Amino acid sequence: MSLFEAQGISVRFGGIRAVDDVSFEVRKGEVFSIIGPNGAGKTTIFNLISRIYNSTDGKLIFDGQDITKTPPNQVAGVGIARTFQNIELFPNATLLENLLIGRHRHSSVGLLSQLAFLPSTRRAEIQHREKAEDVIAFLGLQRYRDALIANLPYGVRKVVELGRALCIEPKLLLLDEPSSGLNVEETEGMGFWIDDIKKDLGITVIMVEHDMALVNQVSDRVMALNYGKVIAMGTPREVQTHPEVIKAYLGGDLEDAA
Amino acid sequence: MRYLFRTEYRQDTSLARHGGDFFWYGLLLVAMIVIPMLMGEFYVGELGGVFIFAIAGVGLMLLVGYTGLISLGHAAFLGIGAYVNSVLLAKGVPFVITLPVAGLFTAACGAAIGLPTLRMSGLYLAIATLAFGSIVGTVFQKWTSVTGGFDGFPVPTPTILGFGLDGATGIYYVSLVVLIFVLWVTANILRSPMGRAMVAIRDSEVSAQSMGINLARYKALAFALSAGMTGLAGALFAHYVRFLAPDAFDVLLSVQFVTIVFVGGLGSLHGAIFGAIFVRLLPQFIAIVRDDLPFGIGRLPGLEPSLFGLVLVLVILFQPGGINGLWLKLKHWFTAYPFKRQTSSRRQKSYAKSERLR
Repeated sequence: MSLFEAQGISVRFGGIRAVDDVSFEVRKGEVFSIIGPNGAGKTTIFNLISRIYNSTDGKLIFDGQDITKTPPNQVAGVGIARTFQNIELFPNATLLENLLIGRHRHSSVGLLSQLAFLPSTRRAEIQHREKAEDVIAFLGLQRYRDALIANLPYGVRKVVELGRALCIEPKLLLLDEPSSGLNVEETEGMGFWIDDIKKDLGITVIMVEHDMALVNQVSDRVMALNYGKVIAMGTPREVQTHPEVIKAYLGGDLEDAA
Repeated sequence: MRYLFRTEYRQDTSLARHGGDFFWYGLLLVAMIVIPMLMGEFYVGELGGVFIFAIAGVGLMLLVGYTGLISLGHAAFLGIGAYVNSVLLAKGVPFVITLPVAGLFTAACGAAIGLPTLRMSGLYLAIATLAFGSIVGTVFQKWTSVTGGFDGFPVPTPTILGFGLDGATGIYYVSLVVLIFVLWVTANILRSPMGRAMVAIRDSEVSAQSMGINLARYKALAFALSAGMTGLAGALFAHYVRFLAPDAFDVLLSVQFVTIVFVGGLGSLHGAIFGAIFVRLLPQFIAIVRDDLPFGIGRLPGLEPSLFGLVLVLVILFQPGGINGLWLKLKHWFTAYPFKRQTSSRRQKSYAKSERLR
């Protein structure tokens, strides 16, 4: 059963078609990876799904609901969370506060109740903390709980961003290059988290990734892009041996190279 | 060194972190209550002025320090609060009503200026709020039937429960109560989802949006709350100066408010108080040393505003944490003694931000 579907989405920056008539569907409970050379339009697809950019054509269907025109701040509300390629945490807040901001879509306490911090607000706050602590325990972030993000090493921040996305309690998680800036060991760890997210939490994942080892480790299906167009789709092995994909990465004709 | 052991989530949501907080803030409160009985009228008046500026400072801190929006028009909000309060008082409305009405009306004005400027940030927002400030200033001057224009507006003496607040002491206590109220509300904002949303907007708008935060709503809310608090300060300010003149609410006053926030320390409520103390004491200090300065510097016009500007620039360059940052470093030095190192308070280098999507 498909959880998310993109039907012919396109976006153009000036004369460049960054994403050109791309269609794909993501099944419930799978890890779907998007690969491609630099500038292929991978992150742009994420920005289209999280509605930061407007698609000029096509449709985005999530969970049977058309989200092509949903404003960006309501995307989290329908159950889509994302991380960013270069980490967009809130650096001057603590780790716990960052996770609690992830809980924002679940807060429904009234304005006046918040201003006076009535018991209803306190109860909701305690509940949010319980959920945030679950995520902290899941990702093993206990020792950094009260540290400012600005003081944390890069590798930890990457995990925190994953945690913040989990606090949204999404059905679909968009990971933009989860391994970028991580060393081999940390990348492997990231692979295990993604696996756990899929198996233990049952969250569907779309991932943009350059590290083929990680792609092989976690993906169920892979889509390869080049110049904004889909060039291959299938299992990781199928896609990596696809002649178009090899051509996109190595350049030139296979015959010429041989 | 104090270690906090948390055994309940409730502790996290409390205002006082530990028993020490109760003790020190309680002691401070008692001191503030007894001061008027021990000190002369002049000092009580000056301290009341500090409270009033601290109220406005807390309001502006919420906007600048926590939501990351700059305003160079807060003197206008102070003026709106002052005029609304005084005009209503002159019409015979009791002070216990005019004070909250001044706050609420100014909050509405804040939302009104907040909404059209939502898409702006940084310099553009500074310019827009600056323009707003000068427009309001002109309204104060020209709308003579209400404000009295340049003839000024004598502020009636307020009464609370039959007591006339004609001396400095009365306004001192009212300001203290309002300051505590404003600090309490702001602390509540900061520990609830609303305050975290504001911090999120300050640190990364793109990210805040993808967390489901409605940028327009929270920016307008921050403007309204900030303006409302400044309006309350304005109502009290009217009684502090006792005679309203439209040119009192000019851009220099707005710059003083910005100085409170920056010199006090961005993103800290203590900072707003420290900043208010600094801004109110600097002119007094200048007045004391003015005659002793060499080369006739003391007789130069514009000495005060240029000193404010100089301090603002120096603080931004060399002490971004402001007075509050200095205070924290000092505290850290004592708690960590003798293990303090040169690098202890140096931030590690931040990594590149992702492409800003605007």
